[in-house]
Amino acid sequence: MKKLLSLTAALALVAGATFAVAELADGYVSVKPTAEDHPLDEVISGYQFRIESTRATQDDDFENPGMLLLDQALDTWSEADGAAGKSCADCHGDDPIVSMKGAGSTFPKFTEKGDHRAFRNIENQINFCRTERMEAKPWKYDKPDMLGMTILARHADRGEPVNVAVDGDAAAMFEKGKEIYYTRYGQLDMACSHCHEDNYGNYIRADHLSQGQINGFPTYRFKWQGVGSAHRRFKGCMKNIRAEPFNVGEEEFLALELYTAWRGQGLPIETPAVRN
Amino acid sequence: MKLYPALFALAGLAYAGTVTASEIAPDDVKIVDGAVEQPLTDSPGDPERGLVSFTGRKAGNCLACHYVESLQDDYQFHGEVGTPLDGIADAYTAAEFRAKLINPKTELPDTIMPAFYRTSGFNRAAGKFDGKTILTAQEIEDVIAYLMTLKD
Ligand code: HEC
Ligand code: HEC
Repeated sequence: MKKLLSLTAALALVAGATFAVAELADGYVSVKPTAEDHPLDEVISGYQFRIESTRATQDDDFENPGMLLLDQALDTWSEADGAAGKSCADCHGDDPIVSMKGAGSTFPKFTEKGDHRAFRNIENQINFCRTERMEAKPWKYDKPDMLGMTILARHADRGEPVNVAVDGDAAAMFEKGKEIYYTRYGQLDMACSHCHEDNYGNYIRADHLSQGQINGFPTYRFKWQGVGSAHRRFKGCMKNIRAEPFNVGEEEFLALELYTAWRGQGLPIETPAVRN
Repeated sequence: MKLYPALFALAGLAYAGTVTASEIAPDDVKIVDGAVEQPLTDSPGDPERGLVSFTGRKAGNCLACHYVESLQDDYQFHGEVGTPLDGIADAYTAAEFRAKLINPKTELPDTIMPAFYRTSGFNRAAGKFDGKTILTAQEIEDVIAYLMTLKD
């Protein structure tokens, strides 16, 4: 079932149809890929594959548990930390929703100059600012401070299309990420593509497989009873295929983050999304 | 890898891997023309135990990918990733099932279906699964016996 919403499906819904059709009909989030060499005919948000109640939780900012971390981060934004006595606001201004515009949809990418130049995702950029500019301790990956600030940076671009650069010096990371995406790992010997390219739309046991897009990260997940990063999700998928995962925040997952972001190029940022 | 004795004890219970003298070891299996004629063990497969492996999430978990009509009432959540297996015993012999379970990639290099009796050639297998087969030789024979019951 690769073509999720056809005219017949829409008509079937009108005719009072099956669960599967009703489930896929409203709030449909998909775009046509722009790149010619894109592996998918249609790029579909993970939102589309979740049940009505999960989507309703995401759609309502007061119900969406991920919004709590955003609120905390809005406070942290202007709190000085570290030996330099600075807050985020000292460099970026008082309103992060304004100053972080354009960031959330374009990371991961190369940032900074000279010796400091490196390929970073938002988390690594935040820690760079903390250690170099604020002279503060780096935040731990997937802990509330880090998740909240990452959500904040992405949320400033909510609704904006994912727009990562994969040319220039990002090309090598892109190729690396692509290679990882199509490599079999673990005792179950599967690649990301087996589940998220060849089988999206299909159920694997109780799970409705999506395209594994990352436009909603960091995401609140009912199973986690909390929020997690895209790297945490990558790690979980690798563990499920009985593989030794790569390390969060490190090169392989940064490359995979760039590549999966590109696969979802054009999808609206949903951060913080809600998933099961 | 750190040594957690308790984990090891558990792992010993939960995972396949130890090959006894009467079994054919994973690396010694020869798949010829999509079939393995010789059973992996001396004791015949048992379809009831096979059903346990077929449906168990920590075992073969075949149901994760394959739908089986006759299991509809007793087991929830049949997968849609693989071929429905109703009537599959009319299409293949036990020797062909054996080859598919041991390593379906010999015939279908791109398949998502795991190799259930193989220990080599994996990439970054997690420590506790490294060097182990997903199913034991006996479990493979049991699952084959169960598959042989799936006649139309
Ligand atoms: C055995 C099948 C399988 C494999 C292999 C697999 N995943 Fe997943 N993945 C899932 C399932 C099941 C889910 C939860 C349902 C969904 O969103 O597809 C999921 C979810 C995800 C999500 C969350 C999507 C969202 O909308 O929140 C991402 C991102 C993801 N996977 C990436 C990957 C990457 C990258 C790889 C390779 C390292 C990978 N997956 C390998 C099964 C798999
Ligand atoms: C992760 C998914 C997955 C799992 C788990 C899985 N299979 Fe499969 N299986 C497939 C797919 C997909 C095919 C179809 C071959 C292809 O195109 O890759 C297949 C094909 C088969 C076939 C041949 C069907 C035909 O019509 O040719 C048999 C028999 C089979 N599987 C049995 C099993 C058994 C028994 C188990 C568990 C011990 C199992 N499978 C576990 C995905 C899976």
